[in-house]
Amino acid sequence: MTVPLLAVSHLNAVVGRAGNAPVLRDVSLTIARGEVHGLVGESGAGKSTIAKAILGILPHGIRITGGSIALEGEDLLTFDAVTLRQKLGPAVSLIPQDPQTALNPGRRIEAQLTDGLRLWKGMSAKDAHARALQLLEEVQMREPARVMRSFPHELSGGMRQRVLIAAAFALEPKLVIADEPTTALDVTVQKQILRLIRSMQERHGTGVVFVTHDLGVVAQICDRATLLYMGKVMEQGNVSDLLNKPRHAYTKALMEACPRYDQPGRGLAPVPEEVFAACRAEIAAFDQAGAGHG
Amino acid sequence: MADNLIDARGVVVAYGGQRGAFGKRVEPKPVLHGVDLVIGRGETVGIVGESGSGKTTLGRALLGLVQPASGSIHFDGKEITGLQEAAMRPLRRRMQMIFQDPMSSLNPRRAIRHILVDPLLLHGLAKNRREAETRVRAVLDRVGLAVAALDRYPHELSGGQRQRVGIARAVVLEPDFVLADEIVSGLDVSTQAQVLQLLAGLKRDMNLSMAFISHDLSVVRAVCDRVYVLSGGRVVEQGACESVFSAPQDAYTRTLIDAIPLPVIDPAWLGRRPAQA
Repeated sequence: MTVPLLAVSHLNAVVGRAGNAPVLRDVSLTIARGEVHGLVGESGAGKSTIAKAILGILPHGIRITGGSIALEGEDLLTFDAVTLRQKLGPAVSLIPQDPQTALNPGRRIEAQLTDGLRLWKGMSAKDAHARALQLLEEVQMREPARVMRSFPHELSGGMRQRVLIAAAFALEPKLVIADEPTTALDVTVQKQILRLIRSMQERHGTGVVFVTHDLGVVAQICDRATLLYMGKVMEQGNVSDLLNKPRHAYTKALMEACPRYDQPGRGLAPVPEEVFAACRAEIAAFDQAGAGHG
Repeated sequence: MADNLIDARGVVVAYGGQRGAFGKRVEPKPVLHGVDLVIGRGETVGIVGESGSGKTTLGRALLGLVQPASGSIHFDGKEITGLQEAAMRPLRRRMQMIFQDPMSSLNPRRAIRHILVDPLLLHGLAKNRREAETRVRAVLDRVGLAVAALDRYPHELSGGQRQRVGIARAVVLEPDFVLADEIVSGLDVSTQAQVLQLLAGLKRDMNLSMAFISHDLSVVRAVCDRVYVLSGGRVVEQGACESVFSAPQDAYTRTLIDAIPLPVIDPAWLGRRPAQA
């Protein structure tokens, strides 16, 4: 069997001064080349923590206590900061959640798009300019030449997100982390952006970690997905299995809780307290077992 | 008694229009171009549209918080456009608002007790604090918050709990009309379902009229009887949810509906190639 693009194995992380509050509980997942993998869950489920752990940008206070994150077989957790940067810089990129804050307000789009090209690809200013323009065309930006000269505040939210997608794919990375890239956008813009991410990803054969809380988005863009609750994997697999044959009671309940415009009365059935209680019991049992080993 | 609780005709709202910094006349920018909208007693009406469509402005106009440049708005048969503040005040209790972000609409320095008790005293619905608190406790129970929440401050509550406080503050005054502006957009799916279920129950129990503003058509379908679709300050389509969602007549409505991803795999939605088996 070939080595997967990304393999997260038995990843554990804790938070807090005492370091005794687990935020990730033995999380394992693999992502193949060209796969879009959804990290799904409600707030506090640990989906963003996993994304940040892969990028090596965990906030202070969160500490990884075990497991590995292997990119093409190399465990990222064993590298020092400088080596990690060398490894990740050209290979892994991020499409952030909020296009308003992710761009530097004081620099023109051109400067922000060419930085990476010059640093990692060693391009001349002229080549980098041409490539940046080409990238803006690839993300179907209207008037790319004008956008190159613009500052972020001159662009709409959807245009800014297109710039960030162009930047994310600029270095032909192997893996793109999309951290709720459409939550700040209008629904029609969201659809355009999702379509763009999927088509860029298919064209370049890029693996994508797609963080979202929206099962509708998962259904449309992801091939496989991992559903998390309190930092623990509840269910994992093909999206079609997850949505059509959910095995875990939590998955079923979340599906029931989703409102749907095509079905009256849907979205009024909260996840039953028993289901949450069962999830918490599962996690308590897991923590207990872990404590026994330690 | 008027047939409809709220009856808005030809509402035009424009922002700006004062003299600019150098005495230059700034043209008023219209955001609503003649909107007609009615809300029956006990009816929940959805107002949907994208950012900039004027849905929030329309909601504010219905509450008399922005003055229309032209058109009329009747609340329970009484014209409220151009009404003096003193004449408006008795109506204020009867029309309440639940806000999008409870963190910024609840005073961070006041305990939940104050936030809920004070409006009752202000509107003279309770003779004293004791009586007010009794009523507040009953409402807390109804919205599913423990009495212990009374001594908490907003930052000590979860997002879902804060939104319940926002709902409690609106319904404790026993209003006839509640405006809910994007109230579930920041919430998790399971919390969202709890809040929507609560709202649906309150509307039934209290025979509330409600305007539910949202960009999410799925959420609107869950709680609304009728829906108005706004685009560029105009109503492009309105009707019963049943018919608008199953057979939209307007192209924009169709675009808006098609943009909602359902939790059902549909390769055509993103124009993807069908998955190889």
